[in-house]
Amino acid sequence: MNAFSRILANVQLRRQSTSLVVGVLFVVTLYASVCNLLLSPDSMFYVSTYTITLMGKYLCYALLALSVDVVWGYCGVLSLGHGAFFALGGYGMGMYLMRQIGDRGVYGNPELPDFMVFLNWDTLPWYWFGMDQFWFAMLMAMLVPGLLAFTFGWLAFRSRVTGVYLSIMTQALTFALMLAFFRNEMGFGGNNGLTDFKDLLGFDLQSDNTRVTLFVLTATFLALAFLVSRFIMDSRFGRVILAIRDSEARARFVGYRTESYKVWLFVYSAVLAAIAGAMYVPQVGIINPGEFSPINSIEMVVWVAVGGRGTLYGAIVGALLVNYAKTRFTAIMPDGWLFALGALFVWVTIFLPQGLVGYFEKLLAKFKNSNGGGGAASPAGAKEASS
Amino acid sequence: MRQISAILAVIIALAISCTAWAADEVPAAIDAPIDAAVYEKLVLLTEASFREKVGIVEEMADSSGQQAVLALQILLNSQLYHDEEGNQEFYQLVQDSAGKDQLYNLKTGRLAPDLSLKQLDKVRTNNRLRKAIKQSIAKIRLFKGSEPERLAALQSMLGDMDADNAKLVTTAMSTEASESIQELMQVAMAIYRAGAGAEEEKFAAIKTLQGRLEPEVRAALTGLVESSKGNKVLHAAALKALQTTEEKVEFYGFVEKLFFGLSLGSVLLLAAIGLAITFGVMGVINMAHGEMIMLGAYTTYVIQLLMPNHIGYSIVVAIPAAFVVSGLVGIAIQQGIIRFLEGRPLETLLATFGLSLILQQAVRSIFSPLNRQVSSPEWMSGALEINPVLALTFNRLYILAFSLLVFAVLMYVFKKTNLGLNVRAVSQNRDMARAMGVKTQRVDALTFGLGSGVAGVAGVALSQLTNVGPNLGQSYIIDSFMVVVFGGVGNLLGTLVGSFSLGIANKFLEPLTGAVLAKILVLVFIILFIQKRPKGLFPQKGRAAE
Amino acid sequence: MKVKKTLAALALSAGASVMSFGALAADTIKVGVLHSLSGTMAISETTLKDTVLMMVEEQNKKGGLLGKKLEAVVVDPASNWPLFAEKTRELMTKEDVDVIFGCWTSVSRKSVLPVIEELNGLLFYPVQYEGEESSKNVFYTGAAPNQQAIPAVDYLMEENGIERWVLAGTDYVYPRTTNKILEAYLKSKGVKDEDIMINYTPFGHSDWQGIVSSIKKFGSAGKATAVVSTINGDANVPFYKELGNQGISSEDIPVVAFSVGEEELSGFDTGPLVGHLAAWNYFQSAESDANDKFIAQWKKFIKNNKRVTNDPMEATYIGFQAWAKAVEKAGTVDVDKVRTAMYGIKVPNLTGGMAEVLPNHHFTKPVLIGEIQSDGQFEIVSQTKEVPGDAWTDYLPESAKIISDWQDPKINCGNYNTESKKCSGQNF
Repeated sequence: MNAFSRILANVQLRRQSTSLVVGVLFVVTLYASVCNLLLSPDSMFYVSTYTITLMGKYLCYALLALSVDVVWGYCGVLSLGHGAFFALGGYGMGMYLMRQIGDRGVYGNPELPDFMVFLNWDTLPWYWFGMDQFWFAMLMAMLVPGLLAFTFGWLAFRSRVTGVYLSIMTQALTFALMLAFFRNEMGFGGNNGLTDFKDLLGFDLQSDNTRVTLFVLTATFLALAFLVSRFIMDSRFGRVILAIRDSEARARFVGYRTESYKVWLFVYSAVLAAIAGAMYVPQVGIINPGEFSPINSIEMVVWVAVGGRGTLYGAIVGALLVNYAKTRFTAIMPDGWLFALGALFVWVTIFLPQGLVGYFEKLLAKFKNSNGGGGAASPAGAKEASS
Repeated sequence: MRQISAILAVIIALAISCTAWAADEVPAAIDAPIDAAVYEKLVLLTEASFREKVGIVEEMADSSGQQAVLALQILLNSQLYHDEEGNQEFYQLVQDSAGKDQLYNLKTGRLAPDLSLKQLDKVRTNNRLRKAIKQSIAKIRLFKGSEPERLAALQSMLGDMDADNAKLVTTAMSTEASESIQELMQVAMAIYRAGAGAEEEKFAAIKTLQGRLEPEVRAALTGLVESSKGNKVLHAAALKALQTTEEKVEFYGFVEKLFFGLSLGSVLLLAAIGLAITFGVMGVINMAHGEMIMLGAYTTYVIQLLMPNHIGYSIVVAIPAAFVVSGLVGIAIQQGIIRFLEGRPLETLLATFGLSLILQQAVRSIFSPLNRQVSSPEWMSGALEINPVLALTFNRLYILAFSLLVFAVLMYVFKKTNLGLNVRAVSQNRDMARAMGVKTQRVDALTFGLGSGVAGVAGVALSQLTNVGPNLGQSYIIDSFMVVVFGGVGNLLGTLVGSFSLGIANKFLEPLTGAVLAKILVLVFIILFIQKRPKGLFPQKGRAAE
Repeated sequence: MKVKKTLAALALSAGASVMSFGALAADTIKVGVLHSLSGTMAISETTLKDTVLMMVEEQNKKGGLLGKKLEAVVVDPASNWPLFAEKTRELMTKEDVDVIFGCWTSVSRKSVLPVIEELNGLLFYPVQYEGEESSKNVFYTGAAPNQQAIPAVDYLMEENGIERWVLAGTDYVYPRTTNKILEAYLKSKGVKDEDIMINYTPFGHSDWQGIVSSIKKFGSAGKATAVVSTINGDANVPFYKELGNQGISSEDIPVVAFSVGEEELSGFDTGPLVGHLAAWNYFQSAESDANDKFIAQWKKFIKNNKRVTNDPMEATYIGFQAWAKAVEKAGTVDVDKVRTAMYGIKVPNLTGGMAEVLPNHHFTKPVLIGEIQSDGQFEIVSQTKEVPGDAWTDYLPESAKIISDWQDPKINCGNYNTESKKCSGQNF
């Protein structure tokens, strides 16, 4: 099989997977929303609000996993600090929601959030200004993580910090941020973080309608992010990114300024993570420094690894599956779920280097070959040695 | 090398010479009836409030002197019980060698065999009462005690130099033979005179007190500075004396901070050096490194369970045991997992992360999620008192020395042994080494075992400082990574310099910014530093660097 | 593309099985247990899970409640705060539990709060906390600050004549609030600014050399000094070890801790700590028949003779007994009816007194001060009468104005502002 036909097959496969992912997302979202809102709770097909919020949360994680896959699967940059961007986005949304509480806080102070009142603060810190405007808060929720990613990426990629060094530095970044946000003096609520949210743009966060809307919005963002990422990866920019992943030195010698490609991709990925964070907070009702914890960031990477990296939809599948398993296991065998989770990581990295998606694709290719089809080659083959 | 061993020798010598620290001995079972006058006072204790008890104890000491010491010690060590019915019977509770409770009647001085603790009430003490008892005992011992007892007694009186105590000290001075105690007695009298003496006496007192570091002296001088505001000459003299003292204190404060920094550095060094080997030499990120440390700490715990009567030796036994346990687990990990992921360092990271979850949960299931108690041997507790403001704790001193020893041994292994040669060869050029006949597989397994084993040894040291629980490893893993990256991968010396400089930086920042901010600043500094020098302080040179 | 479809179907069915749950048989009363069994908090919370299970077992031996058996539903929120909210929703909607016993940290409670209020559930929270909260759906069975901190400080002032104070804590809400309250209280007692030193450290802080040394310096100024420690969990072992090693004995500078109990002490060698203090509402060494029975029952249940009991366990015990009594009284497990039945209920505590449920959802509790003994137990040196728990402290200006009363129909809220005569905050 020559290279050309392989690429052709890949493109075809990618198109198919794109429509599949978007289609499935659309159907599931529609089904769940309609069943929740229109059916009575007694109906067999009723989807409970618990399920809606749970699925909304999973979709946020899926978006986050997608953002990790964009840099890791396509560019070989393993970030162990994506939790930082996610959490910063979440804090942006959280600050807005906090300001929306207004005088409905426990102390009835119209200006200051409760945690500032009981620490005897008398004015709002400067960085809280404007956060009561939705557009400004959302802008900040994306701008701040974006800027952080830009600064960090610009410094790191320019001085050619790569591989495990970069991973460890990103880990240090999120660890430092976690320690900082734990401090009560920072003015972000310390360990408790931000909670007790009431409403978003005037919609009551506890009503079913708002929940379904948030869920649908998350699904939409995920679909959009997926499409945009696919578009980027299919573009010239994406080709260069792939080239950098496979051999950065060669790409540089050919004449590409690899660091600027990497920086922009990193920023794009950080913004995706921040959007995921901003969608996550109103659905789970709390944001606190625990989200910055390095363990969380590693977990995200594991979702991608389990699903299969460098395919975009693999990340989504991985995030959904692992989190679903987590929900189930913590209920069924609370004492043993870390064993299961740990074993899963080990098993996947050793036996399924391309993740579940890669494994199924390989099976599929074998099946087709034995049927004499022989058209689609394993896309996994093209993604060897991407670490 | 020679310097290190010299330092080691000094530290060990110092430690040994100072192990005779004055502890309050627990009195053995009595063998004779207790003094009748003392017994009468004991009776009063049963109904008294804590405040009244203090008065009773002081009276007892004043009137009965040496006779009261035994009863007071029994009370001090919570051994004193009385019967519930109000028969005014008193008992001493002693554990025999098998750890069984035995009660001795204080009136008869004999064992009361068929009495159980259930029928008795404890004569309760609290902090204030214990303090009063100790002071009372001190007053008695100032005359009759052994030399360390007299010294301790005098020291405990320094903070409370009123006319009564001054009289006591003056009397004791005439019979005191020891020079150092005589000197301290002079200081005690000067403290008294600085507060209550005539003007010339105050000047003389300032002279005696100048440069002394005892906190009581500083308090006395501060008091004198305040009270002498009307007398300019005296005020100036007192102020000058105080400043001289403060300058000295500041200097020792600096030394102390330096020691704290070195000590933190030694902990970092121990935690990181195993990682430096596996990460630096093999290029493998072992996220389960922290759990190797944890295993070492748990090994210490198990060893202590096995030899409960020899806590002092258990640590010594635990060091090789922890090395073997963690080392074997490390080899198993290398053979079972990492071997299959050669050349894919990022995947290794994920697999070992999964492994660390499994190990943590395993420990949680086996040992329960609660922290386990690891006792410190006698010779590791307490502090080396250089002067009243500078005391270096023994456990930190030992750990500092131990970390340097481990470092020296590892340096030796890498520079002088065959294994070290092979390891260096493999780390520089794996393919070439293989071509030259080095069994790279075997070298990998041994290196990984060595790195993990050293982590286990670090666990033994950490068990003396912090919690032994399932989360132990987690709290050190990021710090270890930082140290290794900062120092430069593949360079043990870099790890040494890195850990000590980070430790010292942290400790000097801490008083200025608080502990949290200090840590954040250090992290940010490392992040920025790595941008400037991506290969750390001591980059690996040659082809292996790419 | 079959495989992909299978994959999608897999994902779908995964979602579907979350959704599908059968109709629940109502022949048992379900008791939700929401304590972390993994992660950093497992160390403390696992014990409470076992305590609830023991209480459920005991109640079933007595014939259950209202003629029905109790059934415990245990979930693991894994020390992950958002997961606490999710699991609460799961317990409430999927498992349909009638009451939840759970949470340890404030942040987990804050995370559960919106959910439990939305679904009108009932949570019993068994840990001492910073106060400043009174939710309709939560009963706070642990101590409010006035039931722990202030009596402890009073004791030190009177008994030990302490004049200089170090307030050392982990940097989170509970120590921050407690120290704010204590600072205001100490100043009201005439303690000067320079005689108060406040220090915060991060969670799990392990290198205490510098801080202990500065405490030592602070305490050597000639005035009696004490440390009030709100240091949390894991950081305590290295803190006390460092105190011991630097030779600070309880007679020089006593440390009174609000988060160190029997269970925490079982992790260390208490030899050097003898005489340091702790303030709780319960100690294992408390002398009462109920306590003897409870300890024996616990050791039997957990099948380990060395296990200890502690204050949050007693709080769980009291909460469970009060709930059971209220259910009997109301004749139903309906949350609103049980809640109304709760007020005024008295149940025996384990220290020989009675715990009364107050209309502000707190309990009356005695304050015990104990000194650490060499066997890891506490010698009780002081015990007050039952103190009513105050949800809103009087020592913070904003909070002094607020009262909580869920019984009085004129107020009927958890944060009634006595100045503006209005309620604010959640569920008003």
